[in-house]
Amino acid sequence: MAIAKGWELVVGLEVHCELATKTKIFCSCPNQFGDEPNTNICPVCLGLPGSLPVLNYMAVELAMRVGQALNCRVEPSIFHRKNYFYPDMPKDYQVSQNDLPINIDGFLDLPDGFRVGIERAHLEEDTGKTQHMGTSGRIHGADYSLVDYNRAGVPLLEIVTRPDIRTAEQAKAYVAELRSILVATGGSDGKMEEGSMRVDANVSVRKSVDDPYGTRCEIKNLNSLRSLVRAIEYEANRQVDMLTNGERIVQETRHWNEEDGRTSSMRSKEEAMDYRYFPEPDLVPIAPSSEWVTAVRESLGLMPADRRARLSEATGGNLGTGSDTIVAIVEQGLDEYVLAAVAGGGDARRAINRVANEIVTPEVAAKIDVAMFAKLLVLEGDAKLTATQAKQVLAEMIEQGGGDPETIVVTRGFEAMDSGVVETIVDALISAHPAEFERLKGGDAKVTGFFVGAAMKASGGKADGKLVTSLLRSRAGLASER
Amino acid sequence: MSSTRVSVAVNRPAGDEMTATAISTDVRAGRRSAVDILESHLERINAHEGAVHAFNVLTLDTARANAEAIDAMVAAGTDPGRLAGVPLALKDNMCTQGIPTTCSSKILEGWKPPYNATVVDRLAAAGTVMVGKTNLDEFAMGSSTENSAFGPTKNPHDLDCVPGGSSGGSAASVAAGFAAVAIGSDTGGSIRQPAALCGLVGIKPTYGTVSRYGLIAFASSLDQIGPFCHTVEDAALMMEVIAGHDDRDSTSLSQSLAGLVDAARLGLAEGVTGLRVGIPRELNGEGISDDVKQRVEEAAKRLEAAGAIIGTASVPAAVYGLSAYYIIAPAEASSNLARYDGVRYGLRVTEGTTNVAEMMIASRTAGFGPEVKRRIMLGTYALSAGYYDAYYGQAQKVRTLIIRDFARAYEQFDVLLSPTSPTTAFKFGDKTADPMTMYFNDVCTIPSNLSGEPAISVPCGVGHDGMPVGVQLLGPALSEATLFRAAAAIEGGN
Repeated sequence: MAIAKGWELVVGLEVHCELATKTKIFCSCPNQFGDEPNTNICPVCLGLPGSLPVLNYMAVELAMRVGQALNCRVEPSIFHRKNYFYPDMPKDYQVSQNDLPINIDGFLDLPDGFRVGIERAHLEEDTGKTQHMGTSGRIHGADYSLVDYNRAGVPLLEIVTRPDIRTAEQAKAYVAELRSILVATGGSDGKMEEGSMRVDANVSVRKSVDDPYGTRCEIKNLNSLRSLVRAIEYEANRQVDMLTNGERIVQETRHWNEEDGRTSSMRSKEEAMDYRYFPEPDLVPIAPSSEWVTAVRESLGLMPADRRARLSEATGGNLGTGSDTIVAIVEQGLDEYVLAAVAGGGDARRAINRVANEIVTPEVAAKIDVAMFAKLLVLEGDAKLTATQAKQVLAEMIEQGGGDPETIVVTRGFEAMDSGVVETIVDALISAHPAEFERLKGGDAKVTGFFVGAAMKASGGKADGKLVTSLLRSRAGLASER
Repeated sequence: MSSTRVSVAVNRPAGDEMTATAISTDVRAGRRSAVDILESHLERINAHEGAVHAFNVLTLDTARANAEAIDAMVAAGTDPGRLAGVPLALKDNMCTQGIPTTCSSKILEGWKPPYNATVVDRLAAAGTVMVGKTNLDEFAMGSSTENSAFGPTKNPHDLDCVPGGSSGGSAASVAAGFAAVAIGSDTGGSIRQPAALCGLVGIKPTYGTVSRYGLIAFASSLDQIGPFCHTVEDAALMMEVIAGHDDRDSTSLSQSLAGLVDAARLGLAEGVTGLRVGIPRELNGEGISDDVKQRVEEAAKRLEAAGAIIGTASVPAAVYGLSAYYIIAPAEASSNLARYDGVRYGLRVTEGTTNVAEMMIASRTAGFGPEVKRRIMLGTYALSAGYYDAYYGQAQKVRTLIIRDFARAYEQFDVLLSPTSPTTAFKFGDKTADPMTMYFNDVCTIPSNLSGEPAISVPCGVGHDGMPVGVQLLGPALSEATLFRAAAAIEGGN
C-alpha cells in the first residue's frame, strides 16, 4: 500500500528505549527482562510511602552516550512529575523530564543521506506491566488484571524526532538506524520484541510542501518495523480519504490493531490527560560537567555510519555507503567479520556479497572461523574455485559448522578445470546447438545463460562460468564484457 | 485562668533527672537502668493516655525488650549510644518495619512498612527506646490534630485545648511525660507550633540536614524531621544523633551539623555576647495576640541581658508566605498522595464498583478525610493546565523573594526573633469552621519552610490563660549551633 498521489505524508517518531543499565533508574533493583513477576522490586520502585528516588548515574551516562551519537547537545536538566492514575504506575505519577531534557537538538542521518532532526532525548522511568486476564486481552472486558512491577523504574530514554520523515520506508529506516546506534553505543539492546524499544508515530498529511502541517494523530502499539510501516500507510490513507470526503481530522491518539491492519481511536485531544507536570522535589538537577560530556563523546566507538563508510572504502567505493548489502551487514554487526576476511586476503566486494547473501546472521558467522572464510575467498579469487563451487563449499561449511575449505574442495573433488578442457566443452556445445549460437551472434544475450548452464552440466559444475562466457563471446565475435 | 482546667503536664527543666541528657548519662554510666526509666514513663502512659490520646499505637513489648537489651549492653561494658535508655515517641508518619504506620488516615489501614525510616534506624542505634507512634493531623495536614481519622489529641496543659499540630501527638507525649523526647515533622510549622502550645522546645532544622527517607511525604520540598524536647540541650543532642547525610535521600546535604550540644551549654553558661538579633516586623504584627507579643518582648529582654544587640528587621515578602505555602504544599501533596489508590496496599473499596478507576475513586473517597481532600483539590487545581503559571509559578516566585529577603535580613542580623504561634493553645472546635482561621496559625512558621532555613521554638513563659507561649528564633541555613545557643539563653530566663 502506498500513499495516495497528490498528498505528502509527514511523520514524527517518538521512540522509548530501555537503557541497558544493570540496575533501575532510582533504586538498586536489577534491570532485567523476563524474570519471575514482582521479584525485582523494592520500596523505592514500588513507590511505597516514605521511599525516595536516588538517580542512577549510569542511566545519565547512557542517555548522554546515545545523545552524543545523535549529535545532541547535553543541557543541564531536571526531572518533572507527570501525574496520572494507572494501576501499573506505583506512585500514580511518572518521573520524567519535561521542558528541560538532558539531550536536545540533534540529528540522525539515514544510510541514504536523508537527515532526520532530533528534537530531544530525555530520561524517564518505565511503568510496570499490566496483563488483562480474560477473553479480550484488553482492559475493557477483562475479568481481572495482574500487574508485574519488575519493569517499574527501568530507565527509559524517549527520543523524539522533528516531523521530518516523509515516507513509511524512511520511518522504518530511521528506527532500524536508531536501533543500530543504540546497540553501538551500548545504550540499549534495541529489542523491539522484548519491548526494550517502543515506537509511537505522529502522522499527518498535506497537499503540498508549502502547506502548513495537517492535524496529526499519534499511533500507539507499534511492536515491529512491519507494524510501523503498515500503520503509517493505513493511517495516512485514512486521513487522505477523510480529507478527500471533506471531513476534518481530529487530533487524537489511535491504537494500531495488527490483526485488522487498522488504527482505531483511543482518546481525542479533548479527552487528553492533563498531566500537571511540576518539578520533582525529591531529585536534584543534573548538570553534567563539560569534562564528563567530553569523556562520553570521546569514548564512543564507531557509529553505524562510520562502519558503513569503512566497508564502502574497503570496496574502493564500488559499493556506496547506502547500498543494501552494506547497510544489512552493519545492521547485523558483521562488518568486523567482513573486514577481517579482507585482511586475510579476501576480495572486499566478494566478502560483502558472501556475508550478505550466504552467512547473513551473526549466529552463522560465529560458526565459521574468519580465517577459513578468507581462505575460501582467496581460492575463488585465484580462480581455483568457480563462484558456484565457492558457494557450495561455503554452504557445506555453514552446514557442518566450520571446516577448512581446502579439505572440502579435495573431498568434493573440486579442482580448477583446465581452460583447454573448457574450450573443448564450449566448442562441442556450439556444434551441438547451431541455432542458439546464431542467436548469440545476433546479440541475443539471453542465450548466454543457456550455454553456461549446459557447460556447467557437462563439466559437472567444475567449469568457470566467467571463462565459458568469455569463450562464447570470442567465438561469436563479440567484444568481451566490460 | 479557667477554674476547670485539668493539666497532666510534667515540667522537666534543664538539670531535671528525666531529661534525655540526664537519662542517657545515667544509663550509660550504669547509675539508672533503662528498664526503670521505661517503667516510670509507662506508669504515666497508663494513668493519662486515656485522657490525652497521644498515641496511635503503643509498642510496649518491644520497648521492654529494647530497654532490657540496653541494660544488658551496659552490664557487658558496651556503650548503647548517646541516647541510651531514652524513651522516645515517634510521629506516625515515619516508617517502622512491621509496625503499622498510618499517618492518622484510614487510607493506610492495615499497612505495615517493610522498612525503617533512616531517622528510626539512627535513633535505635543511639539507644532510644520507642514507646509508641503518635497521633497527627491526617497526613500532617492541620494545626490541631483535629484532622486525625482516629480522633484528636488533648493538650496535657489543658485537656480542653488542642496540642497544636500536625505533630500534636508527639508534643503531647513529651509534655505529658509519656516519653522523654519525640520526633515530629514540620512542613509549615508542625513541630514548632505544637512545641509552643505544649511548652516544649521544637526545631525545624535546615532542609536536608535530617534524611526524609521513610518520612511519608506531605510536601516534599518543605518537609523536615525534628525533635520535641523539654530542654534546648536535649534538642541539640537529638539533632546531633539524627542529622547527617543519607545516600537514600537525594536532597540530603553533605555538610554535617556538629557542636550543637556545646553551643546549647555555652548559651546557658555564657550567654550570647554580641549576637545581633532582629525582630522582623512582618512576623510580629497583625493577628498576633498581645499575650504572645509580650512574651516576644520578654525573650528579647532575656537575650539582651545575655549580651545580644536587639534591632528591628524586615522580611517584606514573608507576608505572602501563607498564600504561597497554600499553593506549593497542596500541589506537591496532590501528587504525593496519588499513590493511595487501593491497588497495592492500604484501604481498598470495591463495593459498587465495576472497574479499577471506580475502585480507586471509591477507595480514596472513603479513605481520605475532608482536609486532605480539600488540599488534594487545591493542589490539583493549582497545577492544572492554564492555571499553573498563575498559581504554582507565582508561588515559586514568592518563595524566591522570601529567600532573598531573609538573606538581606541576615546581612544585618545573626538571628531573627518572632512569635511561634499567634496565640496560645485554643479550644477544640474553635478554628475548625473556617479553614483560613486554622491556616493562619502557621503564619510565623511557614516562611522558614519556604526558605529551607532552620527555626527553633523555645518556651518563654505563659499567657494570661496560663498556657505556654513559645518564641521562635530563625537563622540562615546551617546556623543551628547559633540558634541553640540563643535558644538556651532564652531558656535560662525561664
